[in-house]
Amino acid sequence: MVRLSISRHWREKGAYYRLEGIECLDCGKRSYPPAPVCPHCGSRNVRRVKLPRTGRLLSYTITYSIPEGFREYAPVMLGLIELDDGTRLVSQLTDTKPEELRENMRVEAVLRRVQVDGEYGLIHYALKFRPHRPGGRKE
Amino acid sequence: MESKVYVIGVGLTRIARLYDKGLTDLFAEASLKALEDAGWPEVDAVVVGSMLPSIHNEQSSLASLLAQSLPYTRGKMAVGVEDADNSGLAAVIKGYSLIASGLAKTVLVAGVEKMTEYPSAMAIRALSQACNAQHELFHGATLISLQALLMRLYMNTYGIDRDTMSAWPVLMHSNASENPYAQLRFKVTKEQVASSMMVSDPIRLLDSSPIGDGAAAIVLAASDAAGSRNNAVEIAAVAQASDTVGIAYREDPLRLLAAEKAARTAYEKAGIKARDLDVVELHDTTTILGLLGLEALGLSPRGKAAVMVDEGEFSSKSKPSVNLSGGLKARGHPAGATGVYQAAEIALQLRGDYPGRRAPDPEMGLALGLGGLGSTASIIVMRR
Ligand SMILES: [Zn+2]
Repeated sequence: MVRLSISRHWREKGAYYRLEGIECLDCGKRSYPPAPVCPHCGSRNVRRVKLPRTGRLLSYTITYSIPEGFREYAPVMLGLIELDDGTRLVSQLTDTKPEELRENMRVEAVLRRVQVDGEYGLIHYALKFRPHRPGGRKE
Repeated sequence: MESKVYVIGVGLTRIARLYDKGLTDLFAEASLKALEDAGWPEVDAVVVGSMLPSIHNEQSSLASLLAQSLPYTRGKMAVGVEDADNSGLAAVIKGYSLIASGLAKTVLVAGVEKMTEYPSAMAIRALSQACNAQHELFHGATLISLQALLMRLYMNTYGIDRDTMSAWPVLMHSNASENPYAQLRFKVTKEQVASSMMVSDPIRLLDSSPIGDGAAAIVLAASDAAGSRNNAVEIAAVAQASDTVGIAYREDPLRLLAAEKAARTAYEKAGIKARDLDVVELHDTTTILGLLGLEALGLSPRGKAAVMVDEGEFSSKSKPSVNLSGGLKARGHPAGATGVYQAAEIALQLRGDYPGRRAPDPEMGLALGLGGLGSTASIIVMRR
Protein backbone atom coordinates (compact mmCIF):
# COMPACT_ATOMS: atom_id res chain seq x y z
CA MET A 1 0.00 0.00 0.00
CA VAL A 2 3.04 2.29 0.01
CA ARG A 3 2.49 4.36 -3.09
CA LEU A 4 4.88 7.27 -3.14
CA SER A 5 4.44 9.66 -6.00
CA ILE A 6 7.31 11.70 -7.45
CA SER A 7 5.24 14.86 -7.91
CA ARG A 8 3.64 14.73 -4.47
CA HIS A 9 7.07 14.77 -2.92
CA TRP A 10 8.78 17.09 -5.38
CA ARG A 11 6.38 19.99 -4.87
CA GLU A 12 7.08 19.89 -1.12
CA LYS A 13 10.83 20.31 -1.70
CA GLY A 14 10.94 23.74 -0.07
CA ALA A 15 9.44 22.42 3.15
CA TYR A 16 11.18 19.03 3.11
CA TYR A 17 14.72 20.09 2.16
CA ARG A 18 15.10 23.76 3.06
CA LEU A 19 12.70 24.05 6.01
CA GLU A 20 10.75 26.79 4.26
CA GLY A 21 7.74 28.25 6.01
CA ILE A 22 5.88 31.53 5.76
CA GLU A 23 6.09 34.78 7.67
CA CYS A 24 3.01 36.96 7.95
CA LEU A 25 3.67 40.60 7.12
CA ASP A 26 0.58 41.64 9.12
CA CYS A 27 0.76 39.75 12.42
CA GLY A 28 4.47 38.87 12.20
CA LYS A 29 3.97 35.21 13.09
CA ARG A 30 5.62 32.37 11.23
CA SER A 31 4.25 28.97 10.33
CA TYR A 32 5.23 25.69 8.72
CA PRO A 33 4.63 24.32 6.10
CA PRO A 34 4.14 27.15 3.56
CA ALA A 35 0.47 28.06 3.06
CA PRO A 36 -1.43 30.62 0.95
CA VAL A 37 -2.78 32.43 4.02
CA CYS A 38 -1.46 33.02 7.52
CA PRO A 39 -3.03 30.34 9.77
CA HIS A 40 -2.84 32.71 12.75
CA CYS A 41 -4.67 35.78 11.39
CA GLY A 42 -5.96 34.86 7.92
CA SER A 43 -3.85 37.45 6.10
CA ARG A 44 -2.84 36.77 2.48
CA ASN A 45 0.12 39.07 2.97
CA VAL A 46 2.72 36.34 3.54
CA ARG A 47 6.22 35.65 2.31
CA ARG A 48 8.30 32.49 2.19
CA VAL A 49 11.14 32.31 4.68
CA LYS A 50 13.76 29.79 5.65
CA LEU A 51 13.12 28.75 9.23
CA PRO A 52 15.91 28.27 11.79
CA ARG A 53 17.33 24.75 11.76
CA THR A 54 17.62 24.46 15.53
CA GLY A 55 15.02 24.28 18.24
CA ARG A 56 13.85 22.30 21.26
CA LEU A 57 11.81 19.18 21.85
CA LEU A 58 8.39 20.06 23.32
CA SER A 59 7.33 16.42 23.40
CA TYR A 60 8.45 13.12 21.96
CA THR A 61 7.41 9.51 21.59
CA ILE A 62 9.05 6.22 20.76
CA THR A 63 6.71 4.16 18.58
CA TYR A 64 6.80 0.37 18.52
CA SER A 65 3.60 -0.01 16.53
CA ILE A 66 5.07 0.76 13.13
CA PRO A 67 3.00 1.89 10.15
CA GLU A 68 3.64 0.06 6.90
CA GLY A 69 6.72 1.42 5.15
CA PHE A 70 8.70 2.41 8.27
CA ARG A 71 9.82 -0.99 9.56
CA GLU A 72 13.53 -0.23 9.01
CA TYR A 73 13.37 2.76 11.39
CA ALA A 74 11.73 0.84 14.26
CA PRO A 75 11.30 1.99 16.91
CA VAL A 76 10.27 5.27 15.25
CA MET A 77 11.21 8.29 17.36
CA LEU A 78 8.98 11.28 16.75
CA GLY A 79 9.14 14.81 18.10
CA LEU A 80 6.94 17.86 18.47
CA ILE A 81 9.59 20.51 17.90
CA GLU A 82 9.60 24.24 18.54
CA LEU A 83 12.17 26.00 16.36
CA ASP A 84 14.15 28.94 17.73
CA ASP A 85 11.67 31.41 16.18
CA GLY A 86 8.68 29.72 17.84
CA THR A 87 7.46 27.82 14.75
CA ARG A 88 6.37 24.28 15.53
CA LEU A 89 6.48 21.07 13.51
CA VAL A 90 6.34 17.30 13.86
CA SER A 91 9.36 15.40 12.59
CA GLN A 92 11.26 12.18 13.03
CA LEU A 93 14.18 12.12 15.46
CA THR A 94 17.41 10.48 14.33
CA ASP A 95 21.03 9.82 15.29
CA THR A 96 20.02 9.19 18.90
CA LYS A 97 18.63 6.51 21.19
CA PRO A 98 15.22 6.38 22.90
CA GLU A 99 16.81 6.64 26.36
CA GLU A 100 18.64 9.86 25.40
CA LEU A 101 15.47 11.79 24.59
CA ARG A 102 14.42 14.50 27.07
CA GLU A 103 11.81 17.25 27.04
CA ASN A 104 13.32 20.62 26.07
CA MET A 105 16.51 19.07 24.68
CA ARG A 106 18.12 21.08 21.85
CA VAL A 107 17.73 19.58 18.39
CA GLU A 108 18.92 20.44 14.90
CA ALA A 109 17.74 19.60 11.38
CA VAL A 110 19.67 17.09 9.31
CA LEU A 111 18.92 15.61 5.86
CA ARG A 112 18.02 11.92 6.03
CA ARG A 113 16.28 9.17 4.10
CA VAL A 114 12.62 9.05 5.14
CA GLN A 115 10.81 6.47 3.04
CA VAL A 116 11.62 3.88 0.44
CA ASP A 117 8.92 2.69 -1.90
CA GLY A 118 9.91 -0.90 -2.57
CA GLU A 119 7.47 -1.32 -5.42
CA TYR A 120 8.70 1.61 -7.50
CA GLY A 121 12.19 2.03 -6.08
CA LEU A 122 11.67 5.65 -5.05
CA ILE A 123 13.79 6.86 -2.15
CA HIS A 124 12.53 9.98 -0.43
CA TYR A 125 14.69 12.30 1.63
CA ALA A 126 13.69 15.07 4.02
CA LEU A 127 14.85 16.81 7.15
CA LYS A 128 14.82 14.92 10.42
CA PHE A 129 16.04 16.26 13.75
CA ARG A 130 18.90 15.03 15.91
CA PRO A 131 20.36 16.18 19.22
CA HIS A 132 22.10 19.54 18.69
CA ARG A 133 25.88 19.31 18.56
CA PRO A 134 27.29 22.81 19.08
CA GLY A 135 30.36 23.27 16.94
CA GLY A 136 29.95 19.72 15.68
CA ARG A 137 30.25 18.26 12.22
CA LYS A 138 28.40 20.36 9.66
CA GLU A 139 26.22 18.73 6.98
CA MET B 1 -38.81 26.69 10.69
CA GLU B 2 -36.70 23.56 10.94
CA SER B 3 -38.60 20.31 11.34
CA LYS B 4 -37.91 18.48 14.59
CA VAL B 5 -36.01 15.22 14.12
CA TYR B 6 -36.43 12.02 16.13
CA VAL B 7 -34.53 8.76 16.47
CA ILE B 8 -37.17 6.05 15.99
CA GLY B 9 -35.05 2.93 15.64
CA VAL B 10 -31.54 1.60 16.29
CA GLY B 11 -29.59 -1.52 15.35
CA LEU B 12 -26.07 -2.62 16.31
CA THR B 13 -23.70 -5.46 15.53
CA ARG B 14 -21.15 -6.73 18.01
CA ILE B 15 -17.70 -5.28 17.28
CA ALA B 16 -15.07 -7.97 16.69
CA ARG B 17 -12.62 -9.33 14.16
CA LEU B 18 -15.35 -10.59 11.86
CA TYR B 19 -13.43 -12.29 9.07
CA ASP B 20 -16.57 -14.01 7.76
CA LYS B 21 -18.56 -10.80 7.31
CA GLY B 22 -18.07 -8.12 4.64
CA LEU B 23 -19.31 -4.54 4.39
CA THR B 24 -22.68 -5.61 3.00
CA ASP B 25 -23.23 -8.29 5.67
CA LEU B 26 -22.49 -5.88 8.51
CA PHE B 27 -24.48 -3.02 7.00
CA ALA B 28 -27.53 -5.21 6.35
CA GLU B 29 -27.44 -6.76 9.82
CA ALA B 30 -27.43 -3.38 11.61
CA SER B 31 -29.82 -1.68 9.17
CA LEU B 32 -32.46 -4.42 9.20
CA LYS B 33 -32.38 -4.42 13.02
CA ALA B 34 -32.86 -0.64 13.05
CA LEU B 35 -35.71 -0.75 10.52
CA GLU B 36 -37.40 -3.51 12.51
CA ASP B 37 -36.97 -1.51 15.71
CA ALA B 38 -38.59 1.48 13.92
CA GLY B 39 -41.58 -0.62 12.76
CA TRP B 40 -40.48 -0.97 9.11
CA PRO B 41 -41.04 2.60 7.91
CA GLU B 42 -40.51 3.55 4.26
CA VAL B 43 -37.24 5.50 4.07
CA ASP B 44 -36.58 8.41 1.71
CA ALA B 45 -32.80 8.25 1.97
CA VAL B 46 -29.93 6.02 3.07
CA VAL B 47 -26.85 7.80 4.45
CA VAL B 48 -23.69 5.74 5.05
CA GLY B 49 -20.76 6.89 7.18
CA SER B 50 -17.49 5.08 6.52
CA MET B 51 -13.80 5.95 6.35
CA LEU B 52 -11.77 3.14 4.82
CA PRO B 53 -13.65 1.21 2.08
CA SER B 54 -11.74 3.00 -0.68
CA ILE B 55 -8.50 1.65 0.85
CA HIS B 56 -9.47 -1.66 2.48
CA ASN B 57 -12.20 -2.70 0.05
CA GLU B 58 -11.33 -0.74 -3.12
CA GLN B 59 -14.91 0.48 -3.07
CA SER B 60 -16.34 3.94 -3.65
CA SER B 61 -20.06 4.42 -4.44
CA LEU B 62 -20.53 2.68 -1.12
CA ALA B 63 -23.96 4.04 -0.16
CA SER B 64 -25.61 2.97 -3.42
CA LEU B 65 -23.97 -0.43 -3.24
CA LEU B 66 -25.10 -1.05 0.34
CA ALA B 67 -28.60 0.39 -0.10
CA GLN B 68 -29.27 -2.36 -2.65
CA SER B 69 -29.00 -4.91 0.15
CA LEU B 70 -32.16 -3.49 1.77
CA PRO B 71 -35.74 -3.90 0.60
CA TYR B 72 -37.51 -0.98 -1.10
CA THR B 73 -34.50 1.35 -1.46
CA ARG B 74 -33.98 1.13 -5.25
CA GLY B 75 -34.41 4.62 -6.68
CA LYS B 76 -34.10 6.29 -3.27
CA MET B 77 -31.44 8.81 -2.29
CA ALA B 78 -28.23 7.05 -1.15
CA VAL B 79 -25.24 9.13 -0.10
CA GLY B 80 -21.92 8.45 1.58
CA VAL B 81 -20.19 10.60 4.18
CA GLU B 82 -16.45 10.49 4.84
CA ASP B 83 -15.05 12.58 7.67
CA ALA B 84 -12.17 10.37 8.82
CA ASP B 85 -13.00 8.47 12.01
CA ASN B 86 -15.73 11.02 12.67
CA SER B 87 -17.66 9.77 9.61
CA GLY B 88 -20.38 8.11 11.70
CA LEU B 89 -21.60 11.18 13.55
CA ALA B 90 -21.08 13.31 10.43
CA ALA B 91 -23.45 10.88 8.65
CA VAL B 92 -26.01 11.21 11.45
CA ILE B 93 -25.85 14.99 11.09
CA LYS B 94 -26.23 14.65 7.30
CA GLY B 95 -29.37 12.58 7.91
CA TYR B 96 -30.60 15.14 10.44
CA SER B 97 -30.03 17.94 7.92
CA LEU B 98 -32.02 16.16 5.19
CA ILE B 99 -35.02 16.00 7.51
CA ALA B 100 -34.62 19.41 9.15
CA SER B 101 -34.44 21.02 5.69
CA GLY B 102 -37.52 19.17 4.43
CA LEU B 103 -35.65 17.15 1.78
CA ALA B 104 -36.65 13.87 3.45
CA LYS B 105 -39.12 12.61 6.07
CA THR B 106 -37.44 9.36 7.09
CA VAL B 107 -33.74 8.54 6.78
CA LEU B 108 -31.73 5.42 7.57
CA VAL B 109 -28.22 6.35 8.76
CA ALA B 110 -25.65 3.57 8.99
CA GLY B 111 -21.96 3.47 9.84
CA VAL B 112 -19.90 0.51 8.71
CA GLU B 113 -16.22 -0.37 8.69
CA LYS B 114 -14.00 -3.33 7.91
CA MET B 115 -10.75 -2.81 9.82
CA THR B 116 -9.38 -6.35 9.63
CA GLU B 117 -9.02 -7.01 5.89
CA TYR B 118 -5.22 -6.62 6.06
CA PRO B 119 -2.47 -6.89 8.71
CA SER B 120 -2.49 -4.31 11.51
CA ALA B 121 0.41 -2.27 10.09
CA MET B 122 -1.80 -1.45 7.10
CA ALA B 123 -4.84 -0.74 9.25
CA ILE B 124 -2.74 1.65 11.36
CA ARG B 125 -1.51 3.46 8.28
CA ALA B 126 -5.01 3.65 6.78
CA LEU B 127 -6.62 4.93 10.00
CA SER B 128 -3.80 7.46 10.30
CA GLN B 129 -5.02 9.13 7.11
CA ALA B 130 -7.15 11.15 9.54
CA CYS B 131 -3.91 13.08 10.22
CA ASN B 132 -1.83 15.29 7.92
CA ALA B 133 -0.45 13.06 5.13
CA GLN B 134 2.29 15.36 3.82
CA HIS B 135 3.62 16.72 7.11
CA GLU B 136 2.86 14.09 9.75
CA LEU B 137 2.40 10.67 8.16
CA PHE B 138 5.27 11.31 5.72
CA HIS B 139 7.60 11.31 8.74
CA GLY B 140 6.30 8.00 10.06
CA ALA B 141 3.75 9.44 12.48
CA THR B 142 0.46 7.65 13.16
CA LEU B 143 -2.87 8.53 14.71
CA ILE B 144 -1.58 6.88 17.89
CA SER B 145 1.98 8.26 18.00
CA LEU B 146 0.69 11.83 17.54
CA GLN B 147 -1.59 11.26 20.54
CA ALA B 148 1.47 10.00 22.43
CA LEU B 149 3.07 13.43 21.88
CA LEU B 150 -0.03 15.01 23.43
CA MET B 151 -0.18 12.52 26.31
CA ARG B 152 3.42 13.20 27.34
CA LEU B 153 2.83 16.95 27.03
CA TYR B 154 -0.36 16.67 29.15
CA MET B 155 1.31 14.61 31.88
CA ASN B 156 4.28 17.03 32.05
CA THR B 157 2.20 20.20 31.85
CA TYR B 158 -0.25 19.22 34.59
CA GLY B 159 1.97 16.88 36.63
CA ILE B 160 -0.18 13.77 36.11
CA ASP B 161 1.36 10.34 36.72
CA ARG B 162 0.82 7.03 34.93
CA ASP B 163 -1.32 5.67 37.77
CA THR B 164 -3.82 8.54 37.50
CA MET B 165 -4.00 8.32 33.68
CA SER B 166 -4.81 4.61 34.00
CA ALA B 167 -8.13 5.36 35.71
CA TRP B 168 -9.65 6.07 32.27
CA PRO B 169 -9.02 2.65 30.65
CA VAL B 170 -10.01 0.95 33.92
CA LEU B 171 -13.39 2.75 33.85
CA MET B 172 -13.87 2.07 30.13
CA HIS B 173 -13.19 -1.66 30.46
CA SER B 174 -15.44 -1.87 33.51
CA ASN B 175 -18.30 -0.31 31.51
CA ALA B 176 -17.66 -2.48 28.44
CA SER B 177 -17.75 -5.65 30.53
CA GLU B 178 -21.55 -5.27 30.61
CA ASN B 179 -22.03 -4.14 26.98
CA PRO B 180 -23.04 -7.10 24.78
CA TYR B 181 -21.87 -5.24 21.63
CA ALA B 182 -18.40 -4.35 22.96
CA GLN B 183 -15.21 -5.77 21.47
CA LEU B 184 -13.31 -5.96 24.79
CA ARG B 185 -15.72 -7.25 27.42
CA PHE B 186 -13.31 -7.68 30.32
CA LYS B 187 -12.19 -5.59 33.27
CA VAL B 188 -8.60 -4.44 33.75
CA THR B 189 -6.64 -3.05 36.70
CA LYS B 190 -4.33 -0.04 36.79
CA GLU B 191 -1.43 -2.46 37.19
CA GLN B 192 -2.43 -4.29 34.01
CA VAL B 193 -2.65 -0.98 32.12
CA ALA B 194 0.78 0.13 33.36
CA SER B 195 2.41 -3.17 32.41
CA SER B 196 0.68 -3.69 29.05
CA MET B 197 2.77 -3.54 25.88
CA MET B 198 4.22 -0.12 25.01
CA VAL B 199 2.65 1.01 21.73
CA SER B 200 3.97 4.54 21.48
CA ASP B 201 5.56 5.78 24.68
CA PRO B 202 3.72 6.77 26.95
CA ILE B 203 0.69 5.16 25.26
CA ARG B 204 0.35 1.49 26.17
CA LEU B 205 -1.80 -1.16 24.57
CA LEU B 206 -4.51 -0.74 27.22
CA ASP B 207 -4.65 3.03 26.56
CA SER B 208 -5.50 2.42 22.93
CA SER B 209 -8.72 1.44 21.11
CA PRO B 210 -8.63 -1.98 19.44
CA ILE B 211 -8.96 -2.77 15.72
CA GLY B 212 -12.33 -4.33 14.94
CA ASP B 213 -15.16 -4.55 12.42
CA GLY B 214 -18.70 -3.37 13.02
CA ALA B 215 -21.81 -1.59 11.85
CA ALA B 216 -24.48 0.48 13.54
CA ALA B 217 -27.66 2.03 12.18
CA ILE B 218 -30.34 4.45 13.32
CA VAL B 219 -33.60 5.54 11.73
CA LEU B 220 -34.36 9.26 11.85
CA ALA B 221 -37.80 10.75 11.20
CA ALA B 222 -39.60 14.09 11.11
CA SER B 223 -42.33 14.64 13.75
CA ASP B 224 -45.19 13.58 11.48
CA ALA B 225 -43.30 10.52 10.25
CA ALA B 226 -42.27 9.60 13.80
CA GLY B 227 -45.99 9.45 14.55
CA SER B 228 -46.92 8.19 17.97
CA ARG B 229 -43.94 5.89 18.46
CA ASN B 230 -43.58 5.99 22.21
CA ASN B 231 -39.84 5.33 22.29
CA ALA B 232 -38.92 8.15 19.88
CA VAL B 233 -36.01 10.29 21.14
CA GLU B 234 -35.81 13.93 20.09
CA ILE B 235 -32.59 15.36 18.67
CA ALA B 236 -32.31 18.65 20.54
CA ALA B 237 -29.27 20.01 18.69
CA VAL B 238 -26.45 19.13 16.32
CA ALA B 239 -23.20 21.04 15.73
CA GLN B 240 -19.96 20.61 13.80
CA ALA B 241 -16.67 22.49 13.85
CA SER B 242 -13.14 22.08 12.50
CA ASP B 243 -9.55 22.70 13.55
CA THR B 244 -6.13 22.29 11.93
CA VAL B 245 -5.20 18.86 10.54
CA GLY B 246 -1.83 18.83 12.25
CA ILE B 247 -1.12 19.32 15.96
CA ALA B 248 1.94 21.51 15.37
CA TYR B 249 -0.22 24.33 14.00
CA ARG B 250 -2.28 24.69 17.19
CA GLU B 251 -1.42 27.51 19.56
CA ASP B 252 -2.19 25.15 22.47
CA PRO B 253 -1.96 21.49 21.41
CA LEU B 254 -3.78 20.44 24.60
CA ARG B 255 -7.02 22.18 23.58
CA LEU B 256 -9.54 20.55 21.23
CA LEU B 257 -10.84 23.79 19.75
CA ALA B 258 -13.23 22.12 17.29
CA ALA B 259 -14.87 20.15 20.10
CA GLU B 260 -15.06 23.26 22.32
CA LYS B 261 -16.67 25.27 19.54
CA ALA B 262 -19.15 22.54 18.58
CA ALA B 263 -20.07 22.09 22.26
CA ARG B 264 -20.78 25.81 22.74
CA THR B 265 -22.97 25.85 19.62
CA ALA B 266 -24.83 22.69 20.61
CA TYR B 267 -25.44 23.77 24.22
CA GLU B 268 -26.77 27.13 23.06
CA LYS B 269 -29.05 25.58 20.45
CA ALA B 270 -30.41 23.01 22.93
CA GLY B 271 -30.73 25.66 25.64
CA ILE B 272 -28.63 23.70 28.13
CA LYS B 273 -25.37 23.84 30.06
CA ALA B 274 -22.76 21.07 30.35
CA ARG B 275 -24.04 20.33 33.86
CA ASP B 276 -27.50 19.44 32.47
CA LEU B 277 -26.13 16.38 30.66
CA ASP B 278 -26.99 12.99 32.15
CA VAL B 279 -25.25 10.66 29.73
CA VAL B 280 -22.36 11.23 27.31
CA GLU B 281 -20.51 9.14 24.73
CA LEU B 282 -17.21 10.67 23.62
CA HIS B 283 -14.35 9.83 21.30
CA ASP B 284 -11.39 8.28 23.17
CA THR B 285 -9.16 6.78 20.48
CA THR B 286 -6.61 6.66 23.31
CA THR B 287 -6.73 7.76 26.96
CA ILE B 288 -5.50 11.29 26.23
CA LEU B 289 -8.20 12.07 23.67
CA GLY B 290 -10.87 10.91 26.13
CA LEU B 291 -9.53 13.27 28.80
CA LEU B 292 -9.16 16.22 26.40
CA GLY B 293 -12.73 15.51 25.22
CA LEU B 294 -14.06 15.78 28.80
CA GLU B 295 -12.30 19.13 29.14
CA ALA B 296 -13.50 20.41 25.74
CA LEU B 297 -17.10 19.61 26.65
CA GLY B 298 -16.74 21.63 29.85
CA LEU B 299 -17.24 18.56 32.04
CA SER B 300 -13.87 19.11 33.69
CA PRO B 301 -11.57 22.12 34.20
CA ARG B 302 -8.50 22.00 31.96
CA GLY B 303 -5.81 19.65 33.26
CA LYS B 304 -8.16 18.09 35.83
CA ALA B 305 -9.97 15.37 33.84
CA ALA B 306 -7.59 12.53 34.73
CA VAL B 307 -7.82 13.37 38.45
CA MET B 308 -11.63 13.57 38.29
CA VAL B 309 -11.86 10.16 36.60
CA ASP B 310 -9.47 8.76 39.22
CA GLU B 311 -11.70 10.18 41.99
CA GLY B 312 -14.68 8.25 40.61
CA GLU B 313 -16.43 10.91 38.50
CA PHE B 314 -18.17 10.02 35.20
CA SER B 315 -19.19 6.51 36.34
CA SER B 316 -22.66 4.99 35.95
CA LYS B 317 -23.62 6.64 39.24
CA SER B 318 -22.37 10.11 38.22
CA LYS B 319 -23.94 13.03 36.40
CA PRO B 320 -23.06 12.79 33.66
CA SER B 321 -22.17 9.14 33.13
CA VAL B 322 -19.54 8.99 30.38
CA ASN B 323 -18.95 6.16 27.89
CA LEU B 324 -21.15 3.54 29.55
CA SER B 325 -20.56 1.58 26.33
CA GLY B 326 -16.88 1.31 27.19
CA GLY B 327 -15.95 4.02 24.70
CA LEU B 328 -13.65 3.58 21.74
CA LYS B 329 -11.20 2.08 24.22
CA ALA B 330 -13.26 -1.01 25.02
CA ARG B 331 -16.54 -0.95 23.09
CA GLY B 332 -14.25 -0.64 20.08
CA HIS B 333 -13.56 1.80 17.26
CA PRO B 334 -14.64 0.57 13.83
CA ALA B 335 -13.60 4.02 12.49
CA GLY B 336 -16.45 5.43 10.40
CA ALA B 337 -19.06 3.33 12.20
CA THR B 338 -18.20 4.54 15.71
CA GLY B 339 -20.26 7.74 15.65
CA VAL B 340 -23.42 5.83 14.75
CA TYR B 341 -22.77 3.47 17.67
CA GLN B 342 -22.51 6.54 19.92
CA ALA B 343 -25.77 8.04 18.65
CA ALA B 344 -27.55 4.69 19.01
CA GLU B 345 -26.18 4.21 22.53
CA ILE B 346 -27.39 7.64 23.67
CA ALA B 347 -30.84 7.00 22.17
CA LEU B 348 -31.05 3.62 23.95
CA GLN B 349 -29.96 5.19 27.27
CA LEU B 350 -32.70 7.83 26.98
CA ARG B 351 -35.28 5.19 26.01
CA GLY B 352 -34.28 3.22 29.10
CA ASP B 353 -33.56 0.01 27.23
CA TYR B 354 -29.78 0.17 26.86
CA PRO B 355 -28.57 -3.43 27.20
CA GLY B 356 -25.49 -2.58 29.33
CA ARG B 357 -24.88 -0.24 32.27
CA ARG B 358 -27.53 2.48 32.39
CA ALA B 359 -27.37 6.07 33.55
CA PRO B 360 -29.86 6.74 36.35
CA ASP B 361 -33.09 7.95 34.68
CA PRO B 362 -31.37 10.13 32.05
CA GLU B 363 -33.18 12.97 30.26
CA MET B 364 -30.39 14.70 28.33
CA GLY B 365 -27.64 12.95 26.36
CA LEU B 366 -24.74 13.96 24.13
CA ALA B 367 -22.40 12.22 21.69
CA LEU B 368 -19.05 13.74 20.63
CA GLY B 369 -17.21 12.40 17.59
CA LEU B 370 -13.73 13.50 16.57
CA GLY B 371 -11.82 13.14 13.32
CA GLY B 372 -8.16 12.33 13.89
CA LEU B 373 -6.85 14.46 16.74
CA GLY B 374 -9.87 16.73 16.72
CA SER B 375 -9.51 18.31 13.28
CA THR B 376 -13.25 17.80 12.98
CA ALA B 377 -15.80 17.51 15.75
CA SER B 378 -19.46 16.53 15.55
CA ILE B 379 -21.90 16.76 18.43
CA ILE B 380 -25.44 15.54 18.73
CA VAL B 381 -27.64 16.33 21.75
CA MET B 382 -30.72 14.19 22.45
CA ARG B 383 -33.62 14.70 24.84
CA ARG B 384 -36.02 12.09 26.18
ZN1 LIG C 1 -0.84 36.57 10.33
